[in-house]
Amino acid sequence: MLNIKDLRVNLEDENKEILKGVDLTVDAGKVHAIMGPNGSGKSTLSYVLSGKEGYEVTHGSIVLNDSDILEMEPEERAAAGLFLAFQYPVEIPGVGNMTFLRTAVNAQRKARGEKEISATDFLKQVRERASSLQIDAEMLKRPVNVGFSGGEKKRNEILQMAMLEPKMCILDETDSGLDVDAMKLVAKGVNSLRDNGRGFLVITHYQRLLDHIKPDVVHIMADGKIVKSGGPELALEVENNGYSDILSEVA
Amino acid sequence: MASFESVDVKEGVDQETIDAVREVGGAYKYGWETDIEMEYAPKGLDAAIVKLISEKNNEPEWMTDWRLKAFNRWEKIKEPKWSMVNYPEINFQDQYYYARPKSMAEKPKSLDEVDPKLLATYDKLGIPLKEQMLLAGVEANEEVEKGERKVAVDAVFDSVSVGTTFQKELKNAGVIFCSISEAIREHPELVKKYLGSVVPITDNYYATLNSAVFSDGSFVYIPPGVRCPMELSTYFRINAENTGQFERTLIIADKGSYVSYLEGCTAPKRDTAQLHAAVVEIIVEEDAEVKYSTVQNWFPGDEDGNGGIYNFVTKRADCRGYRSKVMWTQVETGSAVTWKYPSCILRGEESQGEFYSIAITNNHQQADTGTKMVHLGKNSKSRIVSKGISAGFAQNTYRGLVSMHPRAKSSRNYTQCDSLLIGDKCGAHTVPYIEVKNNSSRVEHEATTSKVDDDQLFYCRQRGMDEEEAVALVVNGFCKDVLQALPMEFAMEAQQLVAISLEGSVG
Ligand SMILES: Nc1ncnc2c1ncn2[C@@H]1O[C@H](COP(=O)(O)OP(=O)(O)OP(=O)(O)O)[C@@H](O)[C@H]1O
Ligand SMILES: [Mg+2]
Repeated sequence: MLNIKDLRVNLEDENKEILKGVDLTVDAGKVHAIMGPNGSGKSTLSYVLSGKEGYEVTHGSIVLNDSDILEMEPEERAAAGLFLAFQYPVEIPGVGNMTFLRTAVNAQRKARGEKEISATDFLKQVRERASSLQIDAEMLKRPVNVGFSGGEKKRNEILQMAMLEPKMCILDETDSGLDVDAMKLVAKGVNSLRDNGRGFLVITHYQRLLDHIKPDVVHIMADGKIVKSGGPELALEVENNGYSDILSEVA
Repeated sequence: MASFESVDVKEGVDQETIDAVREVGGAYKYGWETDIEMEYAPKGLDAAIVKLISEKNNEPEWMTDWRLKAFNRWEKIKEPKWSMVNYPEINFQDQYYYARPKSMAEKPKSLDEVDPKLLATYDKLGIPLKEQMLLAGVEANEEVEKGERKVAVDAVFDSVSVGTTFQKELKNAGVIFCSISEAIREHPELVKKYLGSVVPITDNYYATLNSAVFSDGSFVYIPPGVRCPMELSTYFRINAENTGQFERTLIIADKGSYVSYLEGCTAPKRDTAQLHAAVVEIIVEEDAEVKYSTVQNWFPGDEDGNGGIYNFVTKRADCRGYRSKVMWTQVETGSAVTWKYPSCILRGEESQGEFYSIAITNNHQQADTGTKMVHLGKNSKSRIVSKGISAGFAQNTYRGLVSMHPRAKSSRNYTQCDSLLIGDKCGAHTVPYIEVKNNSSRVEHEATTSKVDDDQLFYCRQRGMDEEEAVALVVNGFCKDVLQALPMEFAMEAQQLVAISLEGSVG
């Protein structure tokens, strides 16, 4: 599904290398988790995958379902099925949440040469998916993320993901700022999307989320590289001992 | 749980925009011309031309004299230079002041007699000149229920009014809605009493010019206690080349009456600039209310700043009685140069003035626009919400006066003025003038300037929208407060325009 090879990335403005050779393959149907100290490059990886400006890829490749996405615009990558749940979701004053969702859904459909979703089907879907995330009608009416609490913003990201039904889902610290119940809701949302055709890359600092979303593979990222990969037990090790053992082991 | 359906209706407006924008694609979509035989008054301006215009309109002598008085004054005064707009010297002698389709020489008695070419023109513009479409019995009722309210239209083509719809139905309600030239002939007592009573012929250079040469426009009279049964609108189309358009609108809302009036305008693409100098006067008596909405979409000039309309407009409402209320809403997306300050004279006690504005300038467009709120009556209130958007090399100025006179005790004004910049070659300016001459009144002014946020655009694009769609969505969000003040039909059109007029502003 997603194939990243020796990815090296500089900041465009500063000529500073942030990603220093990332190799990662996520197969369809699998959940991969990435953990790693603050500033190790996890969010940068998610931005580069989704095509944000400001980064220069100096080396390597990113292939999503057989297409090289490095040449694609962010919206083309989105239409190809790439979704990023932002670590810090953006507020858009004056634009209703529903409008935003419907515009996004239809933009992607159009890009894929599909018909627009009918108003009725759209409403039905939003209603269902919002209620399972306990997002109420009031929140759907409000402008995108404006005045939302931290946890509400994160749930809203998952709602967008549920509506867009992407192939490759990247979740950047979707668990931070969530209370215990909200975390369960988000995990439920993610789990209900798990299927054979869909891959997940879940960036997190805590084992807690991984109790609910069971990963197939866990990676440790440090200083712009994936330094260790393993099974779910790797996350437990981090939870118990922090990163110092792992880092000194690979050094 | 609250109903989601209601969400859909409310949100539907934005969605329409996005859909429409997708379909439209090309930039200025009203840039075509109508191939029609015209007759012109000779080029240039002198007393003889003024008399000729008056004669073409079969005007009584008092009207001719009024025009000549204005013309004599105009000859003695100079163009104002205080606004932040730059344009080449206008040669007032190098253009036509009167242009009318030959087929309009005899005024058609009904819409059926109107030249099919003219009907086709308005049809292509999306302006319905056939009442039947909305009036066909049951169907009509359904349309109304679906929210498609009836709108009466006065269609002005270059210098003449082509026709006015729903006149009979309006007459039954006591409402007079006709072209101003017809009103001068048919209702001289009203015109004599009110014309120039809000914007006198001495008011300013362009208003004086307009008073001398205005050829047509709309006239509205709503009798006491009448709520106008439908929206009224005037659609101005400039078609002829090298011709100025000078329309005059006079709206009188008598005691306790209500009317919502819409104005729209477009012009063909041409590489020479054209002059448009309109005057709108509104008289609002005790307990009456007038809503005046404009979607101004004159040709803005091309990407390099060639051509376009120079739009110099004087609009003013006089709130004469207790609780008189007026609301101006404008969406200014067109014109190469805009110079326009719809104003409210709040003479009556507890009278209210509101001004909601979206001004979008792209490429080389320039806009200097705002309002004047002149508080004369006790407890009068005013509210100003202005959203200026600049892209490309455009300059956008908000210029507004709030004046509290000594008699206007305990009056209030609230002004909010937000500017949004797209790119770094455009400019936004805010020039507020505030005068408070009593100590019980309060004036609040808030202003912000921001740039379209890259993070917002990236967020939209990550969800699948292309860059222009993302900008349109973000800008429509920025303008939301003003868009909501527009009547439904106009809100949709305006949202589309917001998107279209920003095409090419990114990337
Ligand atoms: N635009 C930028 N300008 C300057 N430095 C940047 C920029 N973007 C990223 N960096 C730097 O790159 C490094 C990686 O940042 P990134 O946000 O990817 O870390 P992270 O692993 O997501 O951290 P956290 O766990 O705190 O979210 C950091 O040192 C950060 O300061
Ligand atoms: Mg991060």
